[in-house]
Amino acid sequence: METKQNENIILEMRHIYKQFPGVLANADICLNVRAGEVHALLGENGAGKSTLMNQLCGLIKPTSGDIVIEGKVVHFNSARDAMAIGIGMVHQHFMLVPTMTVTENCLIGATDAGYLKLNYKQAAKRISELAEKYNLEIDPEAKVGDLAVGQRQRVEIIKALYRGAKILILDEPTSVLTPQETGELFNMIRSLTEKGFTVLFISHKLNEIKEICDRVTVLRLGRTEGTYNVAECTVNDLARLMVGRDVSFSIERKEGTEGEAMVQVRNLTLARDAHTNLLTDISFDVHAGEVFGIAGVDGNGQNELVECLTGAKHATSGTAMYEGKDLGKESTRQIMSSGVSHIPADRHKAGLILGMHLTENLILQDYYTPKFGKGALLDNRAIDTYASELIERFAIKTPSRYEYAGSLSGGNQQKVIVARELSRNPKFLIAMHPTRGLDVGAIEYIHGQIMKQRDDGAAVLLVSTELEEVMKLSDRIGVLFEGKLMGIVNPSETTVEEIGLMMGGTRLEDIRK
Amino acid sequence: MGVGPLHIIGNVLASDIRMATPILIAALGLLLVNEAGLLHIGVEGTMLIATLAAVAGSYYTGSVWGGLLCAIIAAGLMGLLFAFLTITLRANQTVVGVAINILGSGLSAAMNRVLFGVSTTIASIDTFKNLPIPGLSKIPVLGTAFFNQMPIVYIAFLLVPVISYFLFKTQPGLNLRAVGENPGAADTLGINVYRTRYIACVVGSMLMGVGGAFLSTGLLTFFSEEMVSGRGYIAIAAVIFGRYKPTGIMFASMIFMAGNVLANLLQVYGVGIPYYFLNMLPYILTVVALAMLGKSTMAPAAQGKPYRRG
Ligand SMILES: Nc1ncnc2c1ncn2[C@@H]1O[C@H](COP(=O)(O)OP(=O)(O)OP(=O)(O)O)[C@@H](O)[C@H]1O
Ligand SMILES: [Mg+2]
Repeated sequence: METKQNENIILEMRHIYKQFPGVLANADICLNVRAGEVHALLGENGAGKSTLMNQLCGLIKPTSGDIVIEGKVVHFNSARDAMAIGIGMVHQHFMLVPTMTVTENCLIGATDAGYLKLNYKQAAKRISELAEKYNLEIDPEAKVGDLAVGQRQRVEIIKALYRGAKILILDEPTSVLTPQETGELFNMIRSLTEKGFTVLFISHKLNEIKEICDRVTVLRLGRTEGTYNVAECTVNDLARLMVGRDVSFSIERKEGTEGEAMVQVRNLTLARDAHTNLLTDISFDVHAGEVFGIAGVDGNGQNELVECLTGAKHATSGTAMYEGKDLGKESTRQIMSSGVSHIPADRHKAGLILGMHLTENLILQDYYTPKFGKGALLDNRAIDTYASELIERFAIKTPSRYEYAGSLSGGNQQKVIVARELSRNPKFLIAMHPTRGLDVGAIEYIHGQIMKQRDDGAAVLLVSTELEEVMKLSDRIGVLFEGKLMGIVNPSETTVEEIGLMMGGTRLEDIRK
Repeated sequence: MGVGPLHIIGNVLASDIRMATPILIAALGLLLVNEAGLLHIGVEGTMLIATLAAVAGSYYTGSVWGGLLCAIIAAGLMGLLFAFLTITLRANQTVVGVAINILGSGLSAAMNRVLFGVSTTIASIDTFKNLPIPGLSKIPVLGTAFFNQMPIVYIAFLLVPVISYFLFKTQPGLNLRAVGENPGAADTLGINVYRTRYIACVVGSMLMGVGGAFLSTGLLTFFSEEMVSGRGYIAIAAVIFGRYKPTGIMFASMIFMAGNVLANLLQVYGVGIPYYFLNMLPYILTVVALAMLGKSTMAPAAQGKPYRRG
């Protein structure tokens, strides 16, 4: 399957090494990309994909190795140098200034308008033109902080195009997008490559790579595993190349473990203001030994529902009974100390303290319990042992347990949260997008762990925008639309179309009438 | 011109503008530093060094402008020190700010004794004089307030639109704000975050120095220990109360110093309130204003956070 060196190579990275303190992130990586293709980079969490691309866009310098563009060896001192020869990157985590407008964001660091002059009007006009040309609908005057995630993604792409990027790097652009938005992004990528652009595409979703990419370079543990034609590989081949073993995409489900209703949500309502609700009359049960899935397009009340169940917000009316407590009224500490675990949606905002060690992050929920100390004093030995054990058990890739959470790769940050929450043996687990940004091997492991919690008798509430994930894991699925529950279905008795209709706002009764 | 109420208003306004000037210039300098994402509470110390440098410079060069130059250089060096410690060594910005204040206080007092001894006679130096603008200064009421002032006052108020234009209408201004809001994003767009912060810190500190120089060679004509007496902190409050906008800062400085003018006025008219109590007025105004502002600040998002590349 290995492709041979071909003509028409626009970009080459030769024997790239990148050493971070304690981590060799890239070891002898070779990459060649043809003009006009969509080239995928595939690799496990922490394989070094983002690091490699950060060198290509001038953000960091290789420890050794050459970058060759159109036959010429180039050296970048800053992202400006890379942009000057047409390399633009959309980073894994957004690089935008929320308080500024779209146009201002595109103009930051620009060099074309002369040094002192800021040609705002002209820039806004060019952005509108670019948006029209590439089907990227956006208002140049909008404040970035007011935009939805999908639109911010567009701003990032426009920003790169505005600088004259001809080679566009997209680092996990789809991990925060809805399926519709992903579809739009793919259309845009197609129209870009038709116009002669070259795209480097990073994703953990193998079917996306099958759909949009021409060739794929697989990285494993910081080394190049090989470059392949996507058309000649199956999804299973890709998974094996990346993880180095066979990955199972199905899960084992033990039947008949379901027990009493552990959590009873009744008429839960959360008001936005005097007239409108964020959540209206939500009622469902989660039984012990059951995974209850919540499906829906992002932003239809999933966040609010979870906030009401974890004490971040108090319900306006209705109840959510768990072990005789009303979760809608309790404080977060009381909820979390009574056997509830929570994997939050936004790992940077709510899941981790990026400036703290891994060890400290791993005990955030329980640092005050006798397990980790006496009175006000922490028992560092117990904490270290515990942290080392979790790091090993969950295969968190880190140079040491004292590494800052902020310098782990995106997927490994997610593993830290999952490790912390699952190892508390919860009776009620609330998991929101638990596998966002994880590689297939890690997803397999985490899905297995969630099912193990279920089989051991925990009640699991799984919130995910990945329909496939919800369908695979859940025993029952509730669909949210504009803060209302459209219906509850059994995955074995429903179809993707039926759930799709509910996600679009049709009630189950009306569908099955 | 008679001595009617209008005349008094003119005088009050004139002295408010004069009093607000050192606060305004220092606050504008601080704004540049803040916009780069640096939290700088060492304004007081930076100004103190400059008050002495201005007096010494004026004494040795014989010109108040020579004194101003010395103040700018001295304050710029303090800015360089702050930048080195917080940007290159990534020291805690609050701690370094406090250190700058202590250093400024001690160093200015010590240098004063070295240069001028402990004698009680005050060295006579060249100081700023009023520079009436021909024609305009003859306008009744407003003429005295706006157009019969010392040159630094004109410069300070001209800086308001200039800095406003710089921050919001020029490329380097946009780059500077981006560095303060999201240095990581600025870096991905090819901006040198460290260099931008260094320049903003040194230039901003130089402006603080101009404010200090105006205190000792404009408002007063000598150096005395701790003579900045809290104006550096009021400048910090002015930036926050002015919502990080030059015009807002201008009004904030004038409102805060109106307390000072009022105190002087009440004293002249012999109201039976103790002198020390009246002198508290500008500080009380500052505290009340900040309390009114509540939690809503417009501070740059990355202020106070050190940046590490890669
Ligand atoms: N600034 C840094 N300092 C130290 N180590 C780093 C830094 N950035 C990345 N690393 C380490 O380098 C390795 C590769 O990280 P990288 O972010 O490139 O992974 P990735 O392939 O993009 O993974 P993911 O799919 O999870 O995003 C990881 O082990 C990570 O911990
Ligand atoms: Mg990455």
